[in-house]
Amino acid sequence: MTELQRLRAAFRTALNLPADAPVDDLRYQDNEKWDSLAHMSLVATIEDEFSVMLDTDDVINMSGFAEAVRILGEYGVDVP
Amino acid sequence: MSVFTLSQPAREKVLLPALVDLVAHHRERCAPYDRILAAGGFTSAASVADLPWLPVRLFKTLELKSIPDDEVFKVLTSSGTTGDVSRIHLDRAAAAAQTRQLGATLQTVLGPKRLPMLIVDTRSILKDRRSFSARGAGVLGMATFGRDHVWALDEEGTVDVEGIRGFLAEHGDRPFLVFGFTYLVWLHLYETAQAHGLDLGNGILIHSGGWKKLIDQAVSPEEFRERLGRAGLTRIHNFYGMVEQIGTIFLEGPDGGSLYCPDFADVVVRDPETWAELPPGEPGLLEVVSTLPTSYPGHVLLTEDLGVVHGIDDGAWPGKRFSVLGRLPRAEARGCSDTYRSAA
Repeated sequence: MTELQRLRAAFRTALNLPADAPVDDLRYQDNEKWDSLAHMSLVATIEDEFSVMLDTDDVINMSGFAEAVRILGEYGVDVP
Repeated sequence: MSVFTLSQPAREKVLLPALVDLVAHHRERCAPYDRILAAGGFTSAASVADLPWLPVRLFKTLELKSIPDDEVFKVLTSSGTTGDVSRIHLDRAAAAAQTRQLGATLQTVLGPKRLPMLIVDTRSILKDRRSFSARGAGVLGMATFGRDHVWALDEEGTVDVEGIRGFLAEHGDRPFLVFGFTYLVWLHLYETAQAHGLDLGNGILIHSGGWKKLIDQAVSPEEFRERLGRAGLTRIHNFYGMVEQIGTIFLEGPDGGSLYCPDFADVVVRDPETWAELPPGEPGLLEVVSTLPTSYPGHVLLTEDLGVVHGIDDGAWPGKRFSVLGRLPRAEARGCSDTYRSAA
């Protein structure tokens, strides 16, 4: 799996979305599945998947799929 | 980076123009707010204490918002002691700003890294995903600052000693975060730590939620600190905040015993008879001031809590340091909303 596929899979797992659900344009709380509780589970899933430990500010700022891509880049995970 | 940096004169200089702008901003966008100010005859303010305040309970009876319906991103509610509910309207920008500033405030004492987190509460408060209690929302808000979360209470609300032991075995040798409502921390964590000899020495305790139940048991804030200190918990930060000024919390400093205002906020203590500002040392009604509320007119709020300023620019952090002394007795609270009615 590419990094992009892994990140998409992490989003679908954490937000309890179907395996083919489009996630690239998701934004926090636009989708009813992505509430504050799911956000914590999303952070934990991403951290496990990519073996990173996100700082508080990054958890706060991860307000969409695109932001997650950018933030992971700061931790050396290149999601094209 | 700290958000506790501004001396009182510097704070006044920054806050006054920002708040004067906010008054104009909300008058333009929130008709009921504009009518209240017009009826009160407000024209200008020469100091933060001159700014027109709204009684906090107004958010329970009026829909006060400064954004069009289609920009409402989130409506926060709080149940008060009266059973009425405040409704606080946020747009995307206000929601983001409040989260960011709450983050900056707590990172002053927690640092930028998320810490292993022991939650002195039960998972069952999050059961109903659609409507969290205030307690559930508070825990979730704090969860952002932690990782590897462990609940100290089981589903029935009894202490999970083995769970706490497991948490301490894994994380107890480095800084960790403990969060809970003041009364639960006292009732469950303190006694458990004593009875089982738990070492909480690397913990940083953040707690909130009022002292009423503890005062009923004759436990003062000083005694709370002192006794938890015996369980090794010496880094303790109480905080005071309300949903009507979401994102702004007044945080107990490292010196203990006083709450401090972040750089974007301030407090004014008022005489409940004359509404005049009271000097340090004299208890009165607490007014909370913050530049965060842009989507609703919650920037200057008169609370129903009694408080006292202990000193100005003389503590661990700059600005006013103060304590919350408890609720205003009910009869007097009625007096304060009468004032609003006659003003409106």
